[in-house]
Amino acid sequence: MIEWFSWLQLAIAVPAGVLCVVLGLLGRKPTDLTMGATLLVELLLLAQLVVALVAPLVGNEATGSLLEFYTYLISAILLPVAAGFWALIERSRWSTVILGVACLSVAVMIYRMVQIWTVQGV
Amino acid sequence: MTEQQTGVNPQEPPRSPSRSIGIGRLLIAVYGVLALAATGRSFVQIVSRFDEAPLAYSLSALAAVVYVLATIALTAPSARWYRVAWITIGFEMLGVLVVGTLSLVDPALFQHATVWSVFGSGYLFIPLVLPVLGMWWLYTHRPDTHRPATHRPAARRAS
Repeated sequence: MIEWFSWLQLAIAVPAGVLCVVLGLLGRKPTDLTMGATLLVELLLLAQLVVALVAPLVGNEATGSLLEFYTYLISAILLPVAAGFWALIERSRWSTVILGVACLSVAVMIYRMVQIWTVQGV
Repeated sequence: MTEQQTGVNPQEPPRSPSRSIGIGRLLIAVYGVLALAATGRSFVQIVSRFDEAPLAYSLSALAAVVYVLATIALTAPSARWYRVAWITIGFEMLGVLVVGTLSLVDPALFQHATVWSVFGSGYLFIPLVLPVLGMWWLYTHRPDTHRPATHRPAARRAS
């Protein structure tokens, strides 16, 4: 896990989540903007997966439990996909809010992943 | 906001007794996330260190199963699932109150974190707030047993 990349992910996932929640509560149906923001969060997660797989090969080992790390990462990868499909199937304002909830949940999980990777035993 | 968005959309499902419409969707989604979180954590705990705290980790697994059941129960429209929803959400309320209190009064009992420790503080207190919202939602959306599911919007299948 590359630390600055994780912070970049957080810096995108949190505003994306807030944006979707706010627009959803304002009554907007899922749009290219909100779907795109969620897609971006998803793509960064996939990049994170590649980083996590490659990092140990170049001497950047996780200090905490890898099992826990990957449980978080895989769960996080599933969330925007599930929310995205939900938004495609049901085009209501609440689907937009749910996109936001997924992005914010991903943000919390990335934060936990950083802790697991960098701070032993947290 | 365009007129299209403010106007009445004919595709919008009509207001119906179903529990999985409108803001209820959000409740289901948040329940789904919590179910995923609880399942993930309990999976890790049981696979990697079950011997350390069999009680706490079994409780984690039980909590995860109950969250999954509650999520399903909220999406299902039948009167039976309505009862299951009450039972599972009531169980969560009880769980978070009992385990939350015990984890503060006697921390030695729950040295290993469960989803309910310290009233779910590890999960932003969502486990404490969610059952309350869930019970309120169930109370205000009782199934109409005389007119079972006449308005089942097709979109319900989406969940």
